[in-house]
Amino acid sequence: MAPGQYSMDAKQHTMSPVVTGATVIGMKYKDGVILAADTLASYGNEARYKDVCRLKKIGDHTLLGAGGEISDFQYLGDLLDEMADEDWLHEDGCSMGPKEYSSYIGRVMYNRRSKFNPLYNQFIVVGKKQDQAPHLMYVDHQGTAFEEDFVATGFGMHLGIPLLRNNWKPDMSLDEAKALATKCLEVCFYRDCKAYCKIQIGVCAGAGVEIGPPTPINHFWGHTAWTENRLEDGDSTGTW
Amino acid sequence: MQAPTEHRWSPYADNGGTCMGVAGEDFVVVAADTRLSQGYSIHTRDCSKVTQLTDKCVIASCGMKADAITLHKHLKARMVMYEHQHRKQPSVTAIAQMLATTLYYKRFFPYYTFNVLCGIDDEGKGAVYHYDAIGSFERVPYTTSGSGSSLVMSVLDAQIAKGNQTIDTPALDKRGIVELCKDVLSSVGERDIHTGDYGEIFLIDAAGVSPTRFDLKLD
Repeated sequence: MAPGQYSMDAKQHTMSPVVTGATVIGMKYKDGVILAADTLASYGNEARYKDVCRLKKIGDHTLLGAGGEISDFQYLGDLLDEMADEDWLHEDGCSMGPKEYSSYIGRVMYNRRSKFNPLYNQFIVVGKKQDQAPHLMYVDHQGTAFEEDFVATGFGMHLGIPLLRNNWKPDMSLDEAKALATKCLEVCFYRDCKAYCKIQIGVCAGAGVEIGPPTPINHFWGHTAWTENRLEDGDSTGTW
Repeated sequence: MQAPTEHRWSPYADNGGTCMGVAGEDFVVVAADTRLSQGYSIHTRDCSKVTQLTDKCVIASCGMKADAITLHKHLKARMVMYEHQHRKQPSVTAIAQMLATTLYYKRFFPYYTFNVLCGIDDEGKGAVYHYDAIGSFERVPYTTSGSGSSLVMSVLDAQIAKGNQTIDTPALDKRGIVELCKDVLSSVGERDIHTGDYGEIFLIDAAGVSPTRFDLKLD
């Protein structure tokens, strides 16, 4: 339709995502909670933007990680930044923490789905306020919300969760937790065509929130099962 | 040209799970599993379906978790409003009627929840109410809702109502009913993939609400 013209059709809402992020891994550890995601934003099956941060600091003690539509994630990020500013302006000596923010995000997601105009995301909201217990919550585009010790979005739900179930322990050190999250994202990179080999890890340990720099992950494709000839003619290389 | 849409978005999800309620003379037993699933994935193994509304009333909701969260939040707010207005907690019968109106209010965009409301009524008798998603309700001696409800119901018909039983057996006492609920939920966990992980039992009697937990299979 030409610019300046209006559609005669009924109002259309976004019912399918356009630019998307894939897996986010979140897990609690001994002193707090971490969040990990790769830096790719895909346009359909195209690897379109390779340096996008899918983690966002909200307020002082909360971290938001997003899978799904990137623009919806950015919209919600702006909304939460406004909230955090207003919270700060009150100067009442208390601030919203991960519990408050995750609950609020859950209500926003449910309200939007009830208006048939969803934010097409799966979010993981984590945080830790000083010496309080760490908080980790999953929220999706339908308003489904629950707390857990470890969660994953997108393909990570299928490829990462089994690793987490086998290897996660409540008293893990930060390094162990980071290594496990990296392993999950590495496995996703091998099998999910919308995953990427550069990742970021965010840490909430009580004092504040720190989002690490984009880091390449190690990956190895030289397994014999992937390189040996399996077809009779001998011309082809890979098998899977 | 618009790319072909493979998947149409739905505002509804089915998060599975099973709950049940059995009324006794002066007590009531509520049982539910804690699995939260979607399709073939388990979201979490430990997410309660039951919310306590007053000192002698709880609600258990199966179906869609997001709708259940919203409904339970709404009901809890209404409990506070009632208490502020009337200086007492609402009776189970009052809550039962309010829940029906609340569900029917959303008749044309329903809460996808299947509720069992249980408590002790003003006469001190155990009360169980069964609802459909749009507010039809009925007070019953026992009931069940959710993905494994068809498996539960036939056992309760046989063991509580003693339907088609040829041998006379004494009615189950409080402990007997609790044990029956545990056994039934365990059995449902064997056949229904959306039910499992942990079971929660809420026994409501003159002493108040006492919750207990037990293990179900994690597979």
